[in-house]
Amino acid sequence: MKASTGKKNELLVLTIIMVLTFALMTILDPGQFLRSCNLQGMAFQLPELGVLSIAMMVVMLTGGINLSVIATANIAGIVTALILTAPADAVSGPSGFIILLALLAGLAAAVAVGALNGALVAYIGVTPILATLGSMILVNGLTIVITKGYVISGFPDAIRFIGNGTIAGIPFPLIIFAVLAALTALILNRTPTGFNIYMYGSNETATLFSGGNNRRIIMRTYLISGLLSGFAALIMISRFNSAKAGYGSSYLLVTILAAVLGGVSSEGGFGRISGLILALVTLQIISSGLNLLRVSSFMTIAIWGFTMILVMVVNYYIDQRRERLLHAAS
Amino acid sequence: MKRFLKTHEFYVLTVILILSAAITIINPNFFTLENGLDLLKSYSFMGVLAIGILFVLISGGIDISFAATATIAEYIMAVVSIQMGGNMFTAILIASLVGITLGAFNGFLIAKYRIPPIITTIATMNFYYGILTVVTGGKWIYALPDWFRSFADIRVITLTSKTGTPYGLSVITLFWVIITVAAIFILRYTMLGRGIYATGGDINSAERVGFPVRKLQVFVYAFMGLMAGIAGVIQALLVQTVAPNSIVGKELDVIAAVVLGGASLAGGIGSVGGTLLGVFLIAIVKNGMTLVKIPAVWYDVFIGIVILISVSFSSWQRKKEHQHSNIEIDTAEASS
Repeated sequence: MKASTGKKNELLVLTIIMVLTFALMTILDPGQFLRSCNLQGMAFQLPELGVLSIAMMVVMLTGGINLSVIATANIAGIVTALILTAPADAVSGPSGFIILLALLAGLAAAVAVGALNGALVAYIGVTPILATLGSMILVNGLTIVITKGYVISGFPDAIRFIGNGTIAGIPFPLIIFAVLAALTALILNRTPTGFNIYMYGSNETATLFSGGNNRRIIMRTYLISGLLSGFAALIMISRFNSAKAGYGSSYLLVTILAAVLGGVSSEGGFGRISGLILALVTLQIISSGLNLLRVSSFMTIAIWGFTMILVMVVNYYIDQRRERLLHAAS
Repeated sequence: MKRFLKTHEFYVLTVILILSAAITIINPNFFTLENGLDLLKSYSFMGVLAIGILFVLISGGIDISFAATATIAEYIMAVVSIQMGGNMFTAILIASLVGITLGAFNGFLIAKYRIPPIITTIATMNFYYGILTVVTGGKWIYALPDWFRSFADIRVITLTSKTGTPYGLSVITLFWVIITVAAIFILRYTMLGRGIYATGGDINSAERVGFPVRKLQVFVYAFMGLMAGIAGVIQALLVQTVAPNSIVGKELDVIAAVVLGGASLAGGIGSVGGTLLGVFLIAIVKNGMTLVKIPAVWYDVFIGIVILISVSFSSWQRKKEHQHSNIEIDTAEASS
């Protein structure tokens, strides 16, 4: 009972923060912020970061971290882009079959990176930071080798629709994000795998002794994370209408920030998709607001770093207070 | 000797020797004193940073903000030296103070608020870089003072190559040597060093034994900052210009080198000797690729593979050892 009221409180606090930032940005720039094109712009920008954040979150739930999410997304995007722009189809444009193949190949590349991470962490016992740092460097290197640093661009309309189209006025990427978020929430809350992911994050040894297959849990976590990065890649290349090594490298911090702000414990075991979504919307409001106020993008990055520290410090004091209350109660 | 044959350092040394032999066969220019001394000069930057991150890894932490720290220290050092004058001593002092301050801030956040080091330093890295770029406007500094420029050309030992050009042991390498000796001394022969190993091995045990673990944590990050400050000066000496983005991304190479040298992210493990070998290995891979004419785009791929193999290898061994010791305990209990 207590735990569930605690969760509700957390979501309430996040909602209040979100509304406050929205109000603040509206006051700071009343002419621009509330205009529908800005709101729609936000709805188009949020999904790619959102999907990447979910990819980061599932790994953080197990107490790990996935530093390779952005690199994974980049290689998936580049694989897709390469197949789409293969010279044989340059004249007539790629057929539906080729497009499908390209999308699947991109997702497969992302899952492959996830499998590599999973194997390193689960079977060989490498720390998640090092495993994903190594795969990040390796995969980034591969993207540079494949593209030689050039931009791959020029996609068919079907691909451009993924990132820029609307269905009944709702941006298509937002629909993708909603579906992926719902599916991940379903896996986390309603399946044994999800239950085990939370449990592994809380206590590895207890999970093993209560019959959990720790290796399989970790493997699945990194596969899910890889697959989600792949979906983020599809939205990303479609929105930019191009793929390139090193796209979105500043997202790494923001994905961790979104997860931490959304209530994902850095030691693992705690955190909900609903919290993550509220955090993402808040960050998007701040980011769009700062952009409208013509704050330099480097300043925004500095603000993200500062916010992250602030959130962690506040979390520390909340934990301390909770512990004190627990002691007082017992 | 037999024990040495089983150490991680021995494996790294073997790889270095095999690689060196292979590169020398393809391009004899590799195995010359001139190339060696040149590498010792240009890798001083990485070597000094590696010593810093080694301390952090031994204590069980990680720092990826040190490249940002080094850049800020370098920039402030350059601006102050140009506007107010000074000498090599003041330049190093300024960079060191800036480095220690920024590093200690990391240590404070980690020790006081128990924020995981990876999250803390990702945050501060972005914070430091963001502020630096906004304040400097991304401007490069070219007009370094003459005393600063000429210092970089000082050679401790001068030799002459066959073609008549002088070469030798640069004074820059001397920074690296002094810091390495100091690091060995601290880690091996002082209570401070013991404390850092103990903190990384098991922080709770270390605290119960009476080590001031929180202070030790602040120390290692401040020490990392100090190394970053000195590395910033070295970078400016080597390149003779100061750019806000010249060191971006180098942090991964440095961490790679130290991890290759056998330090573990789990803490409590790592040696200065292994770290030196790790830096040498990275230097040889990079230099060798140039000499063997492999395109530079492959560099990250190589480093990524080398890191993954190295960490897999050491994790696998530790896992096997662990299983081994568990079995031994089991049989011991069964027989008693």
